[in-house]
Amino acid sequence: MSQRNSTKMVPIPNDVIIPERDLGKKPVLDIRNLGIDFGGLTAVDEFTLAIGKTEIAGLIGPNGAGKTTIFNLLTNVYQPTRGSILLQGIDTKGMTTAQVNKLGIARTFQNIRLFGKMSVIDNVKVGLHNSIKCSALSSILHTYGYYKAEKAARNRCLELLDFMGMADMAQYQAGSLPYGAQRRLEIVRALATNPAIILLDEPAAGMNPSETAELMDHIRRIRDEFQIAVMLIEHDMNLVMGVCEGIAVVNYGKIIAKGTPEQICNNPAVIEAYLGKKGAEKNAAEG
Amino acid sequence: MAFLSNLINGLSLGSIYAIIALGYTMVYGIAKMLNFAHGDVIMIGAYVSFVSIYSLGTPPLLALLIAMCVCTILGVVIERLAYRPLRSAASLAVLITAIGVSYLLQNIALLLWTANTKVYPSIVEFEPLHFGGLTITGETIVSILACIVIMVGLTLFTGKTKTGKAMRAVSENRQAAELMGISVNRTITITFAIGSALAAVAGVLYCSMYPVLIPTTGSIPGIKAFTAAVLGGIGSIPGTLVGGLLLGIIEIFGKAYINQELSDAIVFAVLIIILLVKPNGLMGKKVTEKV
Amino acid sequence: MRLWKSKTSRQNLITLASVMIVFSVFFVLNNNGVLSRSLSGQLIPICVYIIMALSLNLTVGILGELSLGHAGFMSVGAFSGVIAVSFLGNYIGNPILLMVVAIIIGGLLAALTGFLIGIPVLRLRGDYLAIVTLAFGEIIKNILNCLYITIDDAGHLHAAMFDSSSLPGKFIINGPQGAKIPARLSTFGLGFVLVMIVLIIIMNFVHSKEGRAIKAIRDNSIAAESVGLNITAYKMKAFVISAAMAGMAGVLFAMNYSAIEAKKFNFNTSISVLVMVVLGGMGNLRGSIIAAIILTVLPELLRGFDDYRMLIYALVLILVMVLGSNVRFQQFKISISKKMKGIFKRKEAASK
Repeated sequence: MSQRNSTKMVPIPNDVIIPERDLGKKPVLDIRNLGIDFGGLTAVDEFTLAIGKTEIAGLIGPNGAGKTTIFNLLTNVYQPTRGSILLQGIDTKGMTTAQVNKLGIARTFQNIRLFGKMSVIDNVKVGLHNSIKCSALSSILHTYGYYKAEKAARNRCLELLDFMGMADMAQYQAGSLPYGAQRRLEIVRALATNPAIILLDEPAAGMNPSETAELMDHIRRIRDEFQIAVMLIEHDMNLVMGVCEGIAVVNYGKIIAKGTPEQICNNPAVIEAYLGKKGAEKNAAEG
Repeated sequence: MAFLSNLINGLSLGSIYAIIALGYTMVYGIAKMLNFAHGDVIMIGAYVSFVSIYSLGTPPLLALLIAMCVCTILGVVIERLAYRPLRSAASLAVLITAIGVSYLLQNIALLLWTANTKVYPSIVEFEPLHFGGLTITGETIVSILACIVIMVGLTLFTGKTKTGKAMRAVSENRQAAELMGISVNRTITITFAIGSALAAVAGVLYCSMYPVLIPTTGSIPGIKAFTAAVLGGIGSIPGTLVGGLLLGIIEIFGKAYINQELSDAIVFAVLIIILLVKPNGLMGKKVTEKV
Repeated sequence: MRLWKSKTSRQNLITLASVMIVFSVFFVLNNNGVLSRSLSGQLIPICVYIIMALSLNLTVGILGELSLGHAGFMSVGAFSGVIAVSFLGNYIGNPILLMVVAIIIGGLLAALTGFLIGIPVLRLRGDYLAIVTLAFGEIIKNILNCLYITIDDAGHLHAAMFDSSSLPGKFIINGPQGAKIPARLSTFGLGFVLVMIVLIIIMNFVHSKEGRAIKAIRDNSIAAESVGLNITAYKMKAFVISAAMAGMAGVLFAMNYSAIEAKKFNFNTSISVLVMVVLGGMGNLRGSIIAAIILTVLPELLRGFDDYRMLIYALVLILVMVLGSNVRFQQFKISISKKMKGIFKRKEAASK
């Protein structure tokens, strides 16, 4: 872990930093001056960030800072008022959420959104949907091609479930799973879409410390084995400081600090945002 | 002149639609259910007043009161026996139950009063007004006045009284209202009582205008009024007024200027167009799902 | 054997086999004149309503959108089927082939109608969607009520709205008086085959990746979109297939009579099909079939109590719904079924 925390973050042109090993490769996400207004209220403003091809990035900030709004902007649930998002070099402006997913962004949700009445494995199969090669006609006629495609899909699903330690739950109804398992299933489903980057919205919420530790391990393995980027929103600082290489701190919709976990820990603006001005002074006095 | 006369006819039909639509809107807002039997409560109200005038010889106003009382009791009983046991059931189960209640009321009416058409006597006894070539019937004036009185009364009731505020609270968030000590069951009962009493008024007015009374008399104005409620934005009292009046005017104008047969199709086409532009009706609140 | 391995395909095969058996029994009984006249007259309507219920279950149960205008698609199928038979009757001699062609045409036109209606309807949600399907059902009925189509001696079709005075030849569709059917082409055998085809298509569709996508959209549309599903496209697929099948049922229905009117396909027809779907269980195809059979035959069986039959129907409907969501009654049901299973097991053990 110490080795990862010491990953060197280097600036690339455009005022953003990515891990050294991803230099020379196109950043998976290149977000420039992103902003959105709701009515007269500016929810996100001047948000500029790049995520390296295999980076684990954290997005932190107090409640209501606009973190989930940023995820919604990245997945085109909302269309931005200003700025642009380049996903693997392609501007996603005007695309639908589904199109953005096909281009490489998968996500999980803060308030879990599973297909509750379907089985665990069917949830994952829906994630695989666009990679299942089977025409509508052969679906309706249940041809040999259908059985072949279904079998391949089933095996891939079991592999993915096994990766997150859920293979034994494949036949359960998704809505009846315990909380932690539901969060993991969301991750499996997102991975099934074969993304270039996966966005995790509070993946450890409601998990106990041992589950969280396991999750941290899973997050690293997702990066290592799938060679994809991970961006996560999380309030659990142990998790954020433990797995993230680059962290962006937002408050009132704007980035107030960017850097490695060490840099963020010691940044006075961050401490102020979390503890308030007085708290920050007290913290400084205590050293 | 024909235009003005059509407009006034449209307004008066629209007023009746608005009164019926209030029943739909209130029940939908508070109990979150489509009360498909509401149209049949109108029919029962009309039959009761008819019987009271013809068999008991009561004056029309007393007949109206009797009809209101019977319908209020009927509404409360229906809610208690058929809808309350389904309070936590799937919305489709409630919908089917409401349809069952609707069939039940129609068939009770069929047994009690047979399928023979009854010619309803108008309860409005004063002479039509004449302005040059324009004739305004008593029914027209009464329905428009009734609609205004009911709208104002209901707005004051929901805005100022304790019960009215409780109703608004339950429609916003049932659980939270219950935690604040509001009895949800009682509030829903009151809603059904008010809606059904209004249905009786609407039934009497509707049949005074279109004096054909059969056991299925209520279903067409029921569906139209429901359309009006959706058009105006279901759950909103001013929206109901706007929706009802608009629907009445479109229907009368469609009949007069386009085609008698197609007037219903025109009404529904307008509904579809409006919902496409404003998916929550003209004055409905926009509900967005938080991601 | 591959089919038998998976649980869902096994369930499907059981459903198909039981439908086959029940229908064959009816077929034999009917051919030997054992069935009463009123019951044998119900055989084609039973097929029609099974198809209607199955197709509506696709929209309501699988897709999860409430449709209150399903009879509209049925009427589009019925009327276009009548036109097709009147027009093609001169060219196609074989009645079965003629009927098959009419069913395909009826299905295609209903599908087209479904597509056109789906564009605006599927953008709406929940109760708003329901009221708009109701509105479309009524609009279709109203338009058919004003439609006049004739066929002249040369076999050309002529159509007009509102006014029929200028039209030459014989009426096929005569406004509010409805359509005259040239020949009663529907047979129970044909209905049976159509039921099987529809059942197989829906079952396979539901258990394919398309069906999975549609169920996912029903359960959580935002999540479905986030994994790359085009929501509108899949909703449309389900809606159009459902409409096409209702159209085919409409042709089968129309060709069972000598004349039909547009007002036969009103709101009440849509509702009675919806009742079949809900009573049979949302998304449960076997349930839809059973409910469709019972609810089509029930009014006939109650003919003796003519005045009370709709009353009984209404009461049964309310009771089933109220008891169905009563917790204590559900527990009672479960305990009974457990006891029954226990008895069976004991018997099995005893026989061994």
